[in-house]
Amino acid sequence: MSTQSTIYLDYASTTPVDPRVASKMMEFLTPEGEFGNPASRSHRFGWKADEAVEEARSHVANLVNCDPREIVWTSGATEADNLAIKGVARFYKTKGNHIITSKIEHKAVLDPCRQLEREGFEVTYLDPDEGGIISPQAVKAAIKDTTILVSVMHINNELGTVNNLNEIGKIVRDNGAFFHVDAAQSTGKVEIDLSNVPVDLMSFSAHKTYGPKGIGALYVRRKPRVRLEALIHGGGHERGMRSGTLATHQIVGMGEAFRIAKVEMKEDLLKVNKFHKKFLDKVKEIDHVYINGDLKNKVPNILNISFNFVEGESLIMGLKDIAVSSGSACTSASLEPSYVLRALGRKDELAHSSIRFSFGRFTSDDDVNNTLEILGNVVHRLRELSPLWEMHLDGIDLDEVEWNMH
Amino acid sequence: MAYSKKVVEKFENTLNNPEAFKVGRFDPKETNVGTGMVGAPACGDVMKLQIKCEPKGNTHVIKDVKFKTYGCGSAIASSSELVDMLIGMTLEEAKAIKNVEIVEALELPPIKIHCSVLAEDSIRQAIEDYEAKQ
Repeated sequence: MSTQSTIYLDYASTTPVDPRVASKMMEFLTPEGEFGNPASRSHRFGWKADEAVEEARSHVANLVNCDPREIVWTSGATEADNLAIKGVARFYKTKGNHIITSKIEHKAVLDPCRQLEREGFEVTYLDPDEGGIISPQAVKAAIKDTTILVSVMHINNELGTVNNLNEIGKIVRDNGAFFHVDAAQSTGKVEIDLSNVPVDLMSFSAHKTYGPKGIGALYVRRKPRVRLEALIHGGGHERGMRSGTLATHQIVGMGEAFRIAKVEMKEDLLKVNKFHKKFLDKVKEIDHVYINGDLKNKVPNILNISFNFVEGESLIMGLKDIAVSSGSACTSASLEPSYVLRALGRKDELAHSSIRFSFGRFTSDDDVNNTLEILGNVVHRLRELSPLWEMHLDGIDLDEVEWNMH
Repeated sequence: MAYSKKVVEKFENTLNNPEAFKVGRFDPKETNVGTGMVGAPACGDVMKLQIKCEPKGNTHVIKDVKFKTYGCGSAIASSSELVDMLIGMTLEEAKAIKNVEIVEALELPPIKIHCSVLAEDSIRQAIEDYEAKQ
């Protein structure tokens, strides 16, 4: 099946590798390239690879304004989240056993927390407000003497909502706990200044920012120092926090992607802002459409919309030449609708009816215009097929109906 | 997605040509119409099936069918597949339809079998409604 004619609006899931990044990566693979092991200290192959790794580390550090020595390479944001959460909890377990996180975190945060619960830690899962924001007050109220770690995401991957790291971080620091932030969706989308924000650990991913899959990083603050128990042992790479031969080409790819992100962030933002506005204006012309997530507090590259009376998976099937994601249960193996949308306190129906559109660097005006044209048409046709829409038009309140549940 | 070509085709044909695929409604108050509606919005699927019948000998025959379905692609395809089977059947034949027939016709993946169960339930309910009116 050709994917050439398909419009890609799923950048929050993954981005294509920027061609400039791919060509840079190619320089670190073949016999003609710098293929050496960065850990080889005895010859120039190793030195050259090490130089490239350190340059990439500087690019990553530069994008988020931290010291390159605070960046630890991992296999991706999932590993970075695991290392931060399990690493801190296990290292500091004699200081306390309580962890605070939120119900709208990515599974890469929630599942390590579940694992720690099995190991005897106590975890508090905070509710977001109805706009998908974790309030600093909620964090404050949940903190106890035994709290050692708070993990709250920066930008939610389904909604695009942005949490206030500064306020949450201050509360966490005042209470002597560590603050971890999953920032997989943030790089290249919003400014991050770690020299100013009280964050102790931050997870990054390359493939959400036009870098390759399979590489990410964890920021580990040096002052005040954060210590971790490693997850992977074997050689003591990355100052003992993450052993394993460094994947030079992947690391170089992430470095180049983050270097470009720093230079082109403004340009990228202008573009997605334009698409966001156009999408909102057009989608509002359709009746009974709800935007999920606080519009005043979100990034423009992600737009999560519920089309009431239409089921999300059927909408995705109707939009067959457009690649998007859904919060619908039917697209997941679990048959549960999105836990993020449910956590907002919306009715399950609206979670079933939700679609996430996400734009990026390679999205064109034509992509957006064509999508909007098809979208209106497909929503209309699916509503003609929907008994719920018919009942709604007949003036029946769907909440009053006694459904024949399965 | 693990959908067969048949599900995709059925879904797309129904969406693109709703009238030909019997999307619509009868007046549920008419005595020769039976209506069944199963599922719930919170579960992600609702099927509404209506049959229009006439007496024939000592039974009744389904002359026409209308349906509307809210649900995933395979729920819509399952309804549409069921509708194809029904026209011309006696009520006894329609009652004997089993969900596996829809599963097989559409090659539904295991996780979508509940769509066919819902379709089977919708015809049962429509027949009950019709018989109660006679």
